[in-house]
Amino acid sequence: MTVVDKTATLTRKDPGRHADRLFWALCVSAGLAVLVILGLILASMLQQALPALTKEFFTSSTWVPNDPDEAGPLHPQYGSLTFLYGTVIVSVIALLVAVPVSIGIALFLTELAPRRVRGSVVLLIDLLAAVPSVVFGLWGILVAAPALVPVYEWLHDTLGGIPVVGSLFGETVTSGRNFMTAGLIVAIMIIPIITSISREVFATVPNSDKQAAYALGATRWEMIKGAVLPHSFGGVVGAVILGLGRAMGETIAVALVIGSAVQITPNLFQSGYALPAVIVNLFGEASGDLRASLIGMGVVLFLLTVAVNLLARVVVRRAEIRMKGAGA
Amino acid sequence: MSVSTASRPTAAASAPLDLRRSSLPLRRRLVDNFSKVLMMLALLIAVIPLGLVVYYVIRKGGGVLDGDFLTSDIPRSARRLGGGMAPAIVGTLLTTGTAAAMAIPLGVLGAIYLNEYGKQRPLARLVRTMADVMTGVPSIVMGLFILVIWVLNVKEKSAFAGALALACLMLPVIIRSTEEMLRLVPDELRQASAALGARRWKTTVSVVLPAAISGIVSGVMLAIARAAGETAPLIVVMGITFEVNWSLSGQNTALPAQIFNNATEPYPGAELRAWGAALTLMVIVLLFTVVARLISSRFAIKER
Repeated sequence: MTVVDKTATLTRKDPGRHADRLFWALCVSAGLAVLVILGLILASMLQQALPALTKEFFTSSTWVPNDPDEAGPLHPQYGSLTFLYGTVIVSVIALLVAVPVSIGIALFLTELAPRRVRGSVVLLIDLLAAVPSVVFGLWGILVAAPALVPVYEWLHDTLGGIPVVGSLFGETVTSGRNFMTAGLIVAIMIIPIITSISREVFATVPNSDKQAAYALGATRWEMIKGAVLPHSFGGVVGAVILGLGRAMGETIAVALVIGSAVQITPNLFQSGYALPAVIVNLFGEASGDLRASLIGMGVVLFLLTVAVNLLARVVVRRAEIRMKGAGA
Repeated sequence: MSVSTASRPTAAASAPLDLRRSSLPLRRRLVDNFSKVLMMLALLIAVIPLGLVVYYVIRKGGGVLDGDFLTSDIPRSARRLGGGMAPAIVGTLLTTGTAAAMAIPLGVLGAIYLNEYGKQRPLARLVRTMADVMTGVPSIVMGLFILVIWVLNVKEKSAFAGALALACLMLPVIIRSTEEMLRLVPDELRQASAALGARRWKTTVSVVLPAAISGIVSGVMLAIARAAGETAPLIVVMGITFEVNWSLSGQNTALPAQIFNNATEPYPGAELRAWGAALTLMVIVLLFTVVARLISSRFAIKER
């Protein structure tokens, strides 16, 4: 290869050598934009939130944003624990509902469904992902929440008497806007993402493993239990973590159906609050310390979701490497 | 591909085993059937809410949605019956369009960097991971970010600020989907172009991009559909308007923001407007989604 010759002729005839460098620079800077934006998010928001990020912010659950008497015993206090608690509860409910359902659908798609059915089911799940979260929220607040109240009351009557567990199923708030409704709505919204990733993971299970299980006389379920699930465990865990990230950040639907009550209670049928919901609800009239503390919650949310997403990527990637090794 | 054939050997294998199947212990057969029922139940659990949401949006929104609804201004008092969503429709088209105009070039160029230049270099891997992470950043955080960096400095809530937030949300989605599509373009095309003496940028622009264009377009349209339904950032950075505002500056509104505002009002008029806006938004979003699917299924590069 005569590299020198080639460049020599090209440089003489082709003024495009500068274009090449320019294009490269354009592309690199576009790629770097991602890093810049993420860095800017953290830096700019931290800078605005710094005055609010006190010890009290992270350890107190007292939230008194506008106290008429500034110097009184109830001076404005911005403890964020209540909202963190709500976010955790809603995410846990959402995962408990969404994970088995998503894995079930993914198994149905990869192991059970005939090819013709598969296409339309995938389309349905895609549609589920396409519905904007505010539409789910609207449906949740106007239709689902009131409709679920009798169910909650029945659950309270049947399960409320059991010690410890019963405290989860306490009195129902009459509007039906509570942790449970929020969790269920979020569950619907994270089903598509967990399903699609689990499906990809299940699809990587080597055919030979499955056939080996069948050859040993396994039924379909025994094959799934013995060949598919162990092989794809890591990937599914990654999918679940990704779903968790989405659940924590879900804002509008939760803001609509969680009931907006600043309280920490084990009762899942009571109204509560969540981090993203409080930001979007209170931001309109916010200034000064309140705004700083809301942005501070944004920072907390950002760091939480980034951590969760990074963890998910690591888990999925590690599982991918292992699966490729096993498949080859 | 391994999946699609997975069920066939089963059927083939179970034919001679059929006699043995009935001789299987009852418990194993029951568990097997039970698992099948559970899988179908899972599907049902996901599809029922979807069906209900679509049903309610069409039934309630369909009664409100007419020419008048699409062209009138939003009433200043939420109590009032009637009125329309024209300002919100304009706002949604304006912000989403502007966001797309910002995010598409940046996203496609970024994807070109990842697939054509960066490949497995450390920087490219970092960008790739961070783009994935950025996809997971909650939309409300993007709203706060634009508020802090733009609105607080310019001292004005505007459609442009909304567009910036949506662009930030769309960017990583476009980068990752475009990169996937570029990866499907066979290397032979690049080599052939290079052998004809084309520069790398020329190869990329006139050979690689056209080869992947259908996939890129469908990915972009899905990103647009997702952005059009985003609510939280718009509430934080766009403000409110009751009349049509075609300008990128000055307060504006959008369909999702209107749905949110009206859903929290206890008046029947507001409720109806929320359903009408929801139907309008769903139609816009589904239009983009369906067109994207059509493009990708019609013109997709066949994977090798």
